[in-house]
Amino acid sequence: MAPPSSDGEDGARPGAPVIETHGLTKAYGSGPPAVDGLDLSVPPGSIFGFLGPNGSGKTTTIRMLMGLIEPTAGGARLLGEPMPGAARRVLPRVGALIEGPALYGFLTGRANLLRYDAADPTADPRTRAARVTAALDRVGLAAAAGKKARAYSLGMKQRLGLAAALLRPRELLVLDEPTNGLDPQGMREIRGLVRELAADGTTVFLSSHLLDEIEQVCTHAAVMSRGRLIAQGTVAELAAGARGRLAVTTPDTADAARVLKEHGLTDLVVGEERVTGELPGPGAGVPAVVGGGLDPADLNAALVAAGVRVRAFGTERASLEDVFVALTGEGFDVAG
Amino acid sequence: MSRAETVEQAPDVRAPRPLWTLGLLRNELGMTFRRRRTLVLLAVLALVPVLVGIAVRVQTGDGGDRGGPAFISLVTNNGLFLVFTSLAATLPVFLPMALGVVAGDAIAGEAGAGTLRYLLVAPAGRTRLLLVKYTGTLVFCLVATLVVAASALVVGALLFGLGEVTLLSGTTVPLAEGLLRALAVAGVVALSLIGVAALGLFVSTLTGSGIAAMAMTVGVVITFQILNTLPQLHAVQPYLFPHYWLSFADLLRDPVYWDDIRRNLGLQAVYALVFGTAAWARFTTRDITA
Ligand SMILES: Nc1ncnc2c1ncn2[C@@H]1O[C@H](COP(=O)(O)OP(=O)(O)O)[C@@H](O)[C@H]1O
Ligand SMILES: [Mg+2]
Repeated sequence: MAPPSSDGEDGARPGAPVIETHGLTKAYGSGPPAVDGLDLSVPPGSIFGFLGPNGSGKTTTIRMLMGLIEPTAGGARLLGEPMPGAARRVLPRVGALIEGPALYGFLTGRANLLRYDAADPTADPRTRAARVTAALDRVGLAAAAGKKARAYSLGMKQRLGLAAALLRPRELLVLDEPTNGLDPQGMREIRGLVRELAADGTTVFLSSHLLDEIEQVCTHAAVMSRGRLIAQGTVAELAAGARGRLAVTTPDTADAARVLKEHGLTDLVVGEERVTGELPGPGAGVPAVVGGGLDPADLNAALVAAGVRVRAFGTERASLEDVFVALTGEGFDVAG
Repeated sequence: MSRAETVEQAPDVRAPRPLWTLGLLRNELGMTFRRRRTLVLLAVLALVPVLVGIAVRVQTGDGGDRGGPAFISLVTNNGLFLVFTSLAATLPVFLPMALGVVAGDAIAGEAGAGTLRYLLVAPAGRTRLLLVKYTGTLVFCLVATLVVAASALVVGALLFGLGEVTLLSGTTVPLAEGLLRALAVAGVVALSLIGVAALGLFVSTLTGSGIAAMAMTVGVVITFQILNTLPQLHAVQPYLFPHYWLSFADLLRDPVYWDDIRRNLGLQAVYALVFGTAAWARFTTRDITA
């Protein structure tokens, strides 16, 4: 896919970013800002993963994008228009799930959606009932539509929140940790729904603290750490940015390790019938072209020449977790 | 339905119309008056005239006229006076308290539940949402007042009967005119509450907890009532919102004595304007993080 253009003054231009921020910053009191100088660019049609551990500033960013809180500095454009100034024009075209669903417990699921739809002054009251029914169907809540929302399980609440985001055809969906609190089956359903929506042409901006979730559904990703954006691009680009590890499966692990070391591999890990090591890169922290200056084919030949019996040989693709660790030098707080 | 259909034909997509903006108000009113909390408040208010009526009946039931307070003999002579008595009994405390619950919870309750953020990204618009909430609160004022009046009329008619009305100035008017004046009194009582409603709404924009906002609003109302009775504060009392509340009785004179009624409504308008503006200034600039 063509790289997104980086400048976007004209929102109507096709290919212009759907979300764009410039130096977006939010500080609460003294202390480090919750979001610090964020420059995001979300290309249209992407499923954009907004990845970061808990407390890294994802929700705060989304609140600024949606005009709920005022940035301390910098600005954001949504669908090419400035937020929060153009909220009335822009937000009807955006569906959002922000920090979990929020419902009127004393209303039925259906009445909840009717209210949220009535809150949108550009939503046609004549099609309201039909659109609410369609949204309930889409998230699989048709059967529970008449139940009071307080009787809903967490998963049902989450799905009702998603239904509220789907009341009208949207150009952009902003989903803040949409699978939080769901069981694996519920997570799969949400991922399926996200893919389906993206296939319809909706751009999806999806925040998560779960690495594999982003890797599974997203085409693009941005990685946050302590309020700062530390990387963004297509998921493939990001993964290529971290040096992959070379893995050799062999009964002669000691010899293999020696040969690999001679060829400059570092961080060698010798396991049972398996040796892995980091391929030397052109420089620390700089993304390596695959294998740096070293051709894996030469390496394999060297191993064989040294009498190492190679059963399997290859580079393991770097995961987003490797990216995160490489860029921050910290582990990713998955448990939190 | 297939994708192609919706995208290519888009049969029922109409351009937004200005009237659609009223959808939220309609929804708000429907939600408010279907809510159990509202119904309980209204039921309690409806009970007040019943209690007052029974109390008057019991006190005078043994036939002997023991020269009770003036209003009691008025009520026993004509059930219509139970309407005025009940409104006078509920206006100082019960009505503003019920209103404090509804107004205090208006924004704070939505913030506490988190539904506020979804209304705002819908996008409801902050000014529009505030106007909807204020209008909803005013409708509640009117309905609550009418509930008290209607309950009092029914109870009064059953216990004491209705008839020609002798006004406070001594003139006697037919029952029809008496009923009309009762309606006017209810209207003035409802209007007497628009200041408190705005105050409650302002308090509601200050906090993310509905309970705190309700308690604070009711607390302010009670404080003002107390201040209004302290002789040391004589000089400021004409500026306290409850000061002219009972002036609605002037509607029962012939000719109607308008001065205090006008002062009351003017004072309410000033409170509504001041606190309404404060609520707007606060709500349109506030960070919504709940
Ligand atoms: N209303 C607030 N007041 C003060 N600090 C806040 C507020 N909201 C968020 N923060 C802080 O900002 C940081 C980022 O929070 P958040 O955006 O919720 O992170 P995430 O969504 O990535 O978990 C956290 O350190 C949090 O404590
Ligand atoms: Mg969050």
